[in-house]
Amino acid sequence: MNLHAIKAIYKFEMARTRRTILQSVVSPVISTSLYFVVFGAAIGSRIESVEGVAYGAFIVPGLIMLSVLTQSITNASFGIYFPKFVGTVYELLSAPISFLEIVLGYVGAAATKALMIGLIILATAAVFVPLQILHPVWMLSFLVLTCITFSLLGFIIGIWADNFEKLQLVPLLVVTPLVFLGGSFYSISMLPPVWQTVTLFNPVLYLVSGFRWSFYGTADVSVGISLAMITLFLVLCLAVIWWIFKSGYRLKS
Amino acid sequence: MPPIISVSNLSKTYDGGHEALKDVSLDIERGEILALLGPNGAGKTTLISIICGIVSASGGNVTVDGHDIVSDYRHTRSLIGLVPQEITLEPFETVSNTVNFSRGLFGKPRNPVIVEKVLRALTLWDKKDQKIMALSGGMKRRVLIAKALAHEPRILFLDEPTAGVDVELRKEMWQLVDTLRDDGVTIILTTHYIEEAEAIANRVGVINDGKLLLIEDKDAMMRRMGQKQMQIRLQTATDKIPPQLTPYDLERSEDGLTLTYTYDTMAERTGITKLLTDLNAAGLVLRDVQTSQSSLEQIFVDLVKATP
Ligand SMILES: Nc1ncnc2c1ncn2[C@@H]1O[C@H](COP(=O)(O)OP(=O)(O)OP(=O)(O)O)[C@@H](O)[C@H]1O
Ligand SMILES: [Mg+2]
Repeated sequence: MNLHAIKAIYKFEMARTRRTILQSVVSPVISTSLYFVVFGAAIGSRIESVEGVAYGAFIVPGLIMLSVLTQSITNASFGIYFPKFVGTVYELLSAPISFLEIVLGYVGAAATKALMIGLIILATAAVFVPLQILHPVWMLSFLVLTCITFSLLGFIIGIWADNFEKLQLVPLLVVTPLVFLGGSFYSISMLPPVWQTVTLFNPVLYLVSGFRWSFYGTADVSVGISLAMITLFLVLCLAVIWWIFKSGYRLKS
Repeated sequence: MPPIISVSNLSKTYDGGHEALKDVSLDIERGEILALLGPNGAGKTTLISIICGIVSASGGNVTVDGHDIVSDYRHTRSLIGLVPQEITLEPFETVSNTVNFSRGLFGKPRNPVIVEKVLRALTLWDKKDQKIMALSGGMKRRVLIAKALAHEPRILFLDEPTAGVDVELRKEMWQLVDTLRDDGVTIILTTHYIEEAEAIANRVGVINDGKLLLIEDKDAMMRRMGQKQMQIRLQTATDKIPPQLTPYDLERSEDGLTLTYTYDTMAERTGITKLLTDLNAAGLVLRDVQTSQSSLEQIFVDLVKATP
């Protein structure tokens, strides 16, 4: 294991985060606050509580997930796309490191940043609504697992993308709709039966559901299934990345 | 001692179907400075990229320090430093950050002393906290070299290190290469400047169209392939070359005072003695004779032209 390399990549990436701290942290906090104002206060005051939880509090896990997913993907995809874009990727390819070490460095840094932002949003939420976390350990585990899994996905996107449009396409066209339709702001039991079935194909549902369970003890699907789905997705991403480095896809000619 | 790099039957066909390397084999000795010459698109960068792990080979294999570059990449790559042809650097990073990063990436623990030594050697020390985008082109090239040297490699690849570099800096780089050679570092450089190869290399390889045309000791090559010219200065001008001297293919200068004779040093007979006798017989009085050797450049151009 080339630990020095992992450390070097991780620190290099975290330094990038530190340089852009304002836009990295401030913008998610502002947008989350806006969500609270609009959904929690303005609309939420007219909605009955959902499954015994006040609406403002009900949407907190979904909101955190929305930010964490987008952050994980954009951080990780940008982290590996940028060296490709400016050409410094030659150094990664010529260094005595395995794909696992490259992934640990880049994905580790992206996940760390996403986790930090998730926790900041959690703290911001606590200012607006009374929060209750029934299973804090599970809450943290779900959060960490999500950060890692979606940073892996972001890493794949960063390697696949060969221009900036593609880099932004996936978060914009895929992730945001999936999060909105994945029960972030409602319980799927509020949907007509047909749509409930459709929603079951949305992977984000399992994330949000499991995450919300760790807060309030209620879930759309059972926690075991949530956990299994995230793990499955994680393994899938790892397999794709393993294949990328084995075949040199978009990295080596 | 076994060669530090051994390339056997290496070939590379890019995805588009272009054959960039065709069955290339060569050995690189420990501590030598090898210059690879070749026109644009010859395959120099491709060869280097395969050895360094950036491009995968289509056929053949390479060992570095006796280890295969694919199955034993950790060992082989940790020995190698690469200065790429293109200037590729993270624009928003500082010089020292990016050099430290390179060292870590190659598996070495942080070492401010070595990094300082490298930066000073490249006169980058006072620029260490500057952002790379604020540096001039020549400075950026130095940063690339600093990055490649940060992990104290035993083998250094310099892919056109002096392209776009002023004379001053070029001389400095040659000096650096000398210092590294004294430390026992093996250096492989590609260049379009023949005088560069002539000035610093021990051996010269010529690549054209994916094939290694020859690789040879520089001096031996110049001796073997070199054509010598003899300038014969005359006491009094001659307005035409006497007919008995036509077989020598002499060239007469404008003023008629100098005749130039070109001969091959490797030919069985250079014909000099006979020429001098014949000159005498033709009634030309010599004032001075001078010989000069053709440059590596001439050899190179002849060689590449001769390839079908
Ligand atoms: N990634 C690639 N995909 C397809 N073809 C490539 C690729 N890289 C290089 N080639 C082709 O392979 C050939 C050899 O290129 P290479 O870069 O090795 O030449 P070179 O000797 O380094 O030339 P130069 O002196 O211009 O740097 C060229 O014809 C080039 O167009
Ligand atoms: Mg080249």
